[in-house]
Amino acid sequence: MSAEHEAHPLFLPLVFAGGLLFGFGLGFSHMAQPEVVLSFLQLRDLGLLFVMFGAAIVTGLTFFLATRFLGDAPLTGDGYGRRLKALDRNVLFGGAIFGVGWGLSGICPGAAYASLGIGNLPILWGIAGMFIGAYAQGYVRSASDEPRVVGTRAGDD
Amino acid sequence: MIALELLASILADPFPEGISHYAVGGLFVGLGVAVIYLGTGRIAGASTFLESTLSYGSSLSRFQQYRPSRDWRVVFTLGIVAGAAVYAVTVGDGVWTTEVQAWRLLLGGILIGIGTRVGKGCTSGHGVCGVGSVSGTSFVGVATFLLVAIGTAQLVMALGVVP
Repeated sequence: MSAEHEAHPLFLPLVFAGGLLFGFGLGFSHMAQPEVVLSFLQLRDLGLLFVMFGAAIVTGLTFFLATRFLGDAPLTGDGYGRRLKALDRNVLFGGAIFGVGWGLSGICPGAAYASLGIGNLPILWGIAGMFIGAYAQGYVRSASDEPRVVGTRAGDD
Repeated sequence: MIALELLASILADPFPEGISHYAVGGLFVGLGVAVIYLGTGRIAGASTFLESTLSYGSSLSRFQQYRPSRDWRVVFTLGIVAGAAVYAVTVGDGVWTTEVQAWRLLLGGILIGIGTRVGKGCTSGHGVCGVGSVSGTSFVGVATFLLVAIGTAQLVMALGVVP
């Protein structure tokens, strides 16, 4: 079932290790607590800015150095690239919808998974909601994409 | 009036809890992305997991494009849960439960599920990986959801919804 590029025995262990660091960081920064995120969005404690920018500095430095000085990734043979997406109305429209959800609940995807890890079972309401929302948009977009995507993408793996 | 109060509260004490745990936590988050990137060339955002995981149970065409990455995204997410658990039982305060009401979590979650997928990323995809890539699109995305979220949280607070 795995795609061919996941054949390296260390691929999934390394991804898990990266997830461990990521989740530990979300716990340590208190971002896994919706109350702390809400206090940031209510401008009562701006410390959360340091989480996002602290993380972005590490990834920015890594992406910059790897794309310039390293060849291919050792576990997959893939080249290093940057995360670039096309700017269109969807970025604004989707970003605004996400913003309302984030401001209402104090949760976002990564922090919600981490919240489960600190034993916060009520967060399952939020995670269930995320899947419902993701499915709803997929349902609508599949209806409009159908003829184009089925032929080109379905057999990728 | 509200704007003035806001300004006063920001200027009064912007970091009442200090900044060290925020900054250190952020460095760990970035380190997690960096480790996966250096080993595999993959850029790990957290919200794609929603659509890629739905591809296991749904044949909708929208989700099929994520089939090649769905296995490692599940492993990444399990790592996030485990990493936060490690924090909770080591340097953290153990099990913690939110007081935020279920309807806020559910309704917020639904909007997040729609918004991050339509908007091509979340706080980690746009905010950490995209900003780290110096992507103009991600700067626009972050500015959009940050400003709207602040406005929403202010409105919810002004309406007296607690917690």
